[in-house]
Amino acid sequence: MDLSYSPQEQAFQEEVRAFLADELPAEIAERVKAGEEVSKEDTERWHAILQSRGWLAQTWPEDHGGPGWGPVERHIFDEEAARAYAPRILPFGLQMLGPVLIKFGSDEQKAHYLPRILDGTDWWCQGYSEPGAGSDLASLKTKAVKDGDEYVVNGQKTWTTLGQHADWIFCLVRTDAGAKPQAGISFLLIDMKTPGIEVRPIKLIEGGHEVNEVFFTDVRVPAENLVWKENDGWTVAKYLLTHERTGIAGVGFSIAAFERVKALAARTMRGGRRLIEDPLFAARLAEVEMDLEAMKIFNLRMLAEAQRVGHPGVETSMLKIRGTEVRQALNDLYRRALGPAAALIPGEAPGGNAALVAPEDEAAAASYFNNRKISIFGGSNEIQKNILTKAMLEL
Amino acid sequence: MNFEMTDDRRMLADSLSKLLGDRYGIEHRNAVAYEAPFHDKTGWNALAELGILYAFAPEDAGGMGGSGFDLLAVFEQLGAALCPEPLLGAVMAAPLLTEAKEDLEPLLSGEAIYALAVDEPEAPWDAGGGTCEGGDTLTGRKTAIYGANAATHFLVSARREGKLALYEVKAEDAAVTPWGMIDGGGAGELMLDGTPARCLIPDAGEAIDAALDRGRLALCAEAVGAMDWCYATTLDYLKSRKQFGREIGSFQALQHRMVEMKTAIEQARSITILAADRMDAHTTAMAKSLVGRTARKVSEEAIQLHGGIGMTWEYPLSHYAKRLVMLDAQLGDADFHTARVAASYA
Ligand SMILES: Cc1cc2nc3c(=O)[nH]c(=O)nc-3n(C[C@H](O)[C@H](O)[C@H](O)COP(=O)(O)OP(=O)(O)OC[C@H]3O[C@@H](n4cnc5c(N)ncnc54)[C@H](O)[C@@H]3O)c2cc1C
Repeated sequence: MDLSYSPQEQAFQEEVRAFLADELPAEIAERVKAGEEVSKEDTERWHAILQSRGWLAQTWPEDHGGPGWGPVERHIFDEEAARAYAPRILPFGLQMLGPVLIKFGSDEQKAHYLPRILDGTDWWCQGYSEPGAGSDLASLKTKAVKDGDEYVVNGQKTWTTLGQHADWIFCLVRTDAGAKPQAGISFLLIDMKTPGIEVRPIKLIEGGHEVNEVFFTDVRVPAENLVWKENDGWTVAKYLLTHERTGIAGVGFSIAAFERVKALAARTMRGGRRLIEDPLFAARLAEVEMDLEAMKIFNLRMLAEAQRVGHPGVETSMLKIRGTEVRQALNDLYRRALGPAAALIPGEAPGGNAALVAPEDEAAAASYFNNRKISIFGGSNEIQKNILTKAMLEL
Repeated sequence: MNFEMTDDRRMLADSLSKLLGDRYGIEHRNAVAYEAPFHDKTGWNALAELGILYAFAPEDAGGMGGSGFDLLAVFEQLGAALCPEPLLGAVMAAPLLTEAKEDLEPLLSGEAIYALAVDEPEAPWDAGGGTCEGGDTLTGRKTAIYGANAATHFLVSARREGKLALYEVKAEDAAVTPWGMIDGGGAGELMLDGTPARCLIPDAGEAIDAALDRGRLALCAEAVGAMDWCYATTLDYLKSRKQFGREIGSFQALQHRMVEMKTAIEQARSITILAADRMDAHTTAMAKSLVGRTARKVSEEAIQLHGGIGMTWEYPLSHYAKRLVMLDAQLGDADFHTARVAASYA
């Protein structure tokens, strides 16, 4: 066994580091570090920088504009990018729809949509969940009825992340109400500017606006926007979900978060001592570090296996569960390290010399609350356990 | 043994619950809790008229209570209704003013609003760790003062002739920087620079510690009330939310989580009752630690079991969850109090 990266992988890591040091705009990294919501402009700017290097569509094959990376390169990039406080690459067009179109799309669809994702012309959002269909995605009700060469769509989607900025939404719609739940679903691409679409904001626990409700009233969609076959959208939906779940362990984010908590605890004084000298706090931090170190190797083991057999295994579910637990534990420690100062609403602290919390730490509690989402979306941790139960236990 | 509340306390709790239900419905509560001054004067007056504040002081100091069980009766209701009013300051101020032989009537009638200022940025939760200096005036910085915006009077700890003394500062004489808290309600800082102050107790170390412990007990009771609410709400949700053609409460994995949540809450309630009975430092530290740990767990579980809806501002649970988590950070978190308990073994 050899746990170190190969010479090529090490060289690649150096290359990524140098790229991030040279090309990631400092003001964007500062905003990411301070836990501010990343603006559309910042995301677009970062996407364009990545695209000019050919590193944007990381999971796409080379002949469609991808960099030709395997899972290990993608992992190295994620880790370095999180450490450098790069904005996350928006997954909807690049990591979800792109691979779906490459596998299931018609030649016209590929030729039209893929370049527009790469150059940032189209922002995509994901229309899967509905008020009555969360974990039980197949119970979705939004329906599309064929009328000539158009589908007429009626219904409601919810939890649509960044739908307020999106130009297009990819939706699961019911095209056969009589069939078994999984059988009557289709995968449809819908222009957000079509008449009959209304987007309403949902305010989240910490006060931010990243998700929306999307209402469809007699929305007319050209039939050529159907991906793959009518009533066989579930095949497409499942393929997309496997892409949604890879990388969801967020190892890179946890590494960055760990280093940050440790640095904060080394600075923060409590009762005349540095917080890191507090045996209870130090023990908690130590335990998370153990979990994190183990998870890094678990993740790499899974990546090596995925590279070998060509697709990720059921271990992704274990990694999703453990990855979100570790990240949430780190969020918790970070907030707790600030003591009562973490209770401030970000931006309300007195600044300057009298600052109670450093501006970059103000969002600690807000991020802790916001990140309760990571164990809910992408298939809740309970649903991951159900998947594992079925796949592993043979009970 | 008798775990029943006395009739007086039950009546007080019932009328308080009714008043809070009438006046602090969640929409109004949120409007009050997240907008300066994070306090509703008319609501405060109604609470005062009900005599709530009299429950914080013993009869010989002009009050009608002051025992641990009185605090329990009131704060469980405040927690269940998520009331953001700055009553914690009164709980801690009442024994200090009693010790100083001050007139408590302005506090008990609700006319004066007191806030306790002991924390400093480098020494959170540690009354003895502060560097604020006192003589005839005060100089230093006090932070994490709950209810700072509404306060008319501050009780401030400061070093004087080598001892920890307690001072009174009038709000109009002080530079107050108020802010909103992420879980609702207000807090703030005092910047003291030769600020006029009156020394109430020259050697106040023990009295301040005891007052802080009363505040901690009140927070434990508040948490128990809020946790009960979260549990009941989550249970209702599990009975009504359908996925996969059935109520999600029918999944055994979730049933076990609910049972664990309930067990944890009963443990928290039990240690809070013990602390209310004993009113000593050791038991209060145990209670605040166990309750802080449980409060975090309950809020995280309640959100998770609700799925996405538990993450939304519009759904009341999210505000209870924030309060429960941040309550742990008030007057010493679980680790701080675990360390207090552990220190007693040496
Ligand atoms: C911030 C955020 C962003 C999101 N972004 C998007 C997006 O962009 N596009 C999109 O389509 N969706 C999005 N989602 C939706 C997300 O995928 C769903 O919230 C998730 O699938 C859970 O569904 P639900 O919220 O309806 O919870 P429910 O399915 O109602 O679940 C409630 C609880 O019951 C548990 N549960 C359910 N079924 C079972 C079972 N069989 N066994 C055991 N436990 C069970 C769940 O784990 C959960 O704890 C987002 C959600 C959030 C919170």
